[in-house]
Amino acid sequence: MKRSRPARDSAPPEPEYTGHEWDGIREYNNPMPRWWLWTLYASIIWGIAYTIAYPAWPLLTRATQGVLDYSSRAELAKSIKEFEDRNSALDLALLETDLTAVHLDADLLDYALRGGAAVYRAHCSQCHGAGASGTVGYPNLLDDDWLWGGSLDDIYYTVAHGIRSDADEDTRFSQMPAYDGFLEPDQIDSVVHYVLALSGQEHNPELSESGAEIYAENCAVCHGETGLGNRDEGGPRLTDPIWLYGGSEDAIRETIRYSRFSVMPNWRGRLSESHIRQVAIYVHQLGGGE
Amino acid sequence: MSFLRRHKSLERHATLLLVASFVVVTIGGIVEILPLFYLENTIEKVKGVRPYSPLELAGRDIYVREGCYTCHSQMIRPLRDEIERYGHYSLAAESMYDHPFQWGSKRTGPDLARVGGRYSDEWHVLHFEDPQSVVPESIMPGYGFLLNRRLDARHVEDRVRVDRLVGVPYTDEMIENARADFLAQADPDADHDGLLERYPKAQTRNFDGQPELTEMDALIAYMQMLGTLVDFSTFVPDPDR
Repeated sequence: MKRSRPARDSAPPEPEYTGHEWDGIREYNNPMPRWWLWTLYASIIWGIAYTIAYPAWPLLTRATQGVLDYSSRAELAKSIKEFEDRNSALDLALLETDLTAVHLDADLLDYALRGGAAVYRAHCSQCHGAGASGTVGYPNLLDDDWLWGGSLDDIYYTVAHGIRSDADEDTRFSQMPAYDGFLEPDQIDSVVHYVLALSGQEHNPELSESGAEIYAENCAVCHGETGLGNRDEGGPRLTDPIWLYGGSEDAIRETIRYSRFSVMPNWRGRLSESHIRQVAIYVHQLGGGE
Repeated sequence: MSFLRRHKSLERHATLLLVASFVVVTIGGIVEILPLFYLENTIEKVKGVRPYSPLELAGRDIYVREGCYTCHSQMIRPLRDEIERYGHYSLAAESMYDHPFQWGSKRTGPDLARVGGRYSDEWHVLHFEDPQSVVPESIMPGYGFLLNRRLDARHVEDRVRVDRLVGVPYTDEMIENARADFLAQADPDADHDGLLERYPKAQTRNFDGQPELTEMDALIAYMQMLGTLVDFSTFVPDPDR
């Protein structure tokens, strides 16, 4: 059956004429469509109900609290608690398990790695890079060259206390002196060539020979007699092609003359204990963990 | 409903319409704005918030001048994901001495309300010079020229006075010492006792690593204090707010 509107018996009533006429165009007072009006009334009622349900009307000392007793802080506390409750068993396990034993529990390891990856992206990637390959002054975390040690406990300690972080008394600390003015320019040159020799690069043998003694007196304490570095002092190994500030002749000279070192914040206090452990485990498995 | 038909007389008299519109807007304004000045729960009293030190204030002016606010907000909302990324949610009191405030909900770059202490000064210098050198995926432009723009203390006192004029409680002592404090904060060898007494938790050092006092020093001094004034280990939130 074909549906159609019933035919109108009579013409619609003539709308009210407002009496305005402009060049033959007359203005009528047509009522708003019914559905539109009802929507308006409904939204007025909704508006009043909303101000009763939620904090709204200003009174003498404070605004009405609303019958639902809503507060964004309470809402937040609830969502944090929900999240923590969901993870509390895993968090507790993570805190109680020795860092080196976490990998024995597949679920716990999975939790730590996922959480650690999130922590890394939010807090570490700005310096060490989203892919953890580092940049000038900020170490690559993918290789097995570690300034302060690459075991789980070492990484954990570094994350918790930072490096040269003023705000933490237990921070890892070392500071290479600037040798500009302390050594003569030709002495610095010879050390530069000694370091080039150590790292197996092209060098001037005469200069490097004379640099050996200066190296032994000034540099060996932290970088090791044979240039293997010293993790207790955070002294980088000089015998490999991995450089924090560049391994070219100029870059090495710059480093010796003015000394360079960067700072890592202590994350204890900013991150929860569980997060610190998660990110330590995450960084450890990136490639170079010991 | 005859009074509804009176709108004719309103619509036909421009002056009357203007006056009536003004009355309506005023009522709206009174209801929405006035309570903020007297309601006790709009600004919660928080320990630690202090006016900006003169150098931080100069850095803040550079922040505003360079339009950093077009990409960075300074307002951590009370949502779990924001707190996990940026830290404790912002409190109204933390921006009570901001003129103008730097809130916002449009973030092209990350929120900076708690950027203080998160990166080293060296990182900030590198990052301002060439953001992509440390964050390759960043689209932020470089601001290396700040390293070459010297700052002098000529207008410091007036600047602090202006903030006092709009309600920031700078004391006479603070204004008298504004110039000295301005210079001392970025000078590691200066005497900082007075500065630290007037502006607790102010950080004092050579921020940009250059001997001259530059706009970079001021901007980094501002960056490094953002969000660090309130001690959240002792702060107890009032759940009613």
